[in-house]
Amino acid sequence: MKNKNLYNYILGIADNSLILGQRLGSLTGHGPSLETDIACTNMSLDLFGQVRSYYQYAAKIAGDNRTEDDIAMLRKEREYVNVLLVEQPNTDFAYTMARQFLFDVYHLSFLQELQKSKDLTLSAIANKSIKEVSYHLRFSSDWIKRLGDGTAVSHQKMQDAIDGLWTYTDELFHQTEADKAMVAEGIGVDVTLLKEAYYEKVKAILDESTLQTPESKWFQKGGKEGVHTEHLGYLLAELQYMQRAYPNMEW
Amino acid sequence: MSDKKNWPLWEVFVRSKNGLEHRHCGSLHAADEEMALENARDVYTRRSEGVSIWVVESKNITASNPENNGEMFEPAHDKVYRHPTFYDLPDEVKHM
Repeated sequence: MKNKNLYNYILGIADNSLILGQRLGSLTGHGPSLETDIACTNMSLDLFGQVRSYYQYAAKIAGDNRTEDDIAMLRKEREYVNVLLVEQPNTDFAYTMARQFLFDVYHLSFLQELQKSKDLTLSAIANKSIKEVSYHLRFSSDWIKRLGDGTAVSHQKMQDAIDGLWTYTDELFHQTEADKAMVAEGIGVDVTLLKEAYYEKVKAILDESTLQTPESKWFQKGGKEGVHTEHLGYLLAELQYMQRAYPNMEW
Repeated sequence: MSDKKNWPLWEVFVRSKNGLEHRHCGSLHAADEEMALENARDVYTRRSEGVSIWVVESKNITASNPENNGEMFEPAHDKVYRHPTFYDLPDEVKHM
């Protein structure tokens, strides 16, 4: 493939949204209330919409016969390059919102930078996605505050979720080979530059929610290189089931 | 919130486009105003139904009692002259 770096770079962005979208989508019919259930599936659909634009573009760049669906459905676990954060399970609603919040803060600042990309397709996708992701952040930070500054039980659950997911936050700011190559060409976002503002923003919301910002300096990594936690395999088994069981099926 | 297990009920009014009035479109549960607005956005405007939302807690609405429908509404039934149907309107006047 001629544009291998650009292809991998797009997957590095899109896989996060695909896997997070799948996580949120699996709450359909299982949300804590009808209203939050619909809210989570709305966010899931926003993310899947973004994913389609990215994968369609990636398929075009690949220049062979592969389609957006092949990219989404037919890769093996080690070929997905999403961050570990987004594949973490829906342990409870506090975890679901904490995962969303920790990703949304990153996602919004990432898209704001991606808008300035020299690559006009990526810049257009970013431009379209920003409004959706701004709402995701509004929704998730509201829930961080509600549960953090709620009852003793909700506070404890939210603190546990933030503590449990904290170890996956640093990876958001790691650079892959494709990242570095795309930054050099003015196409990619230098994620290392987003880190400081990210932790400031997160801390401000946690403070407001009366939650402690974890101090642990030990972080997990690997997702961006295809080395995942045990949770991704199960998620992919569900995501890919139809295509694996009935190859090329359409509806 | 008096009852922590059940969120209060809210009535949702959506304006479908600028210039039109807000119309009642349904109700939902939420813990407070802010959550009611967000829930209304997610439940009632996900198919581009609106440009503006009002929410009001259902308990704040004073409703007429159906038992009093006789005295409330029936006296108007035989007063057709209150309808502006006895005038000839020019064709140019629309939306009357």
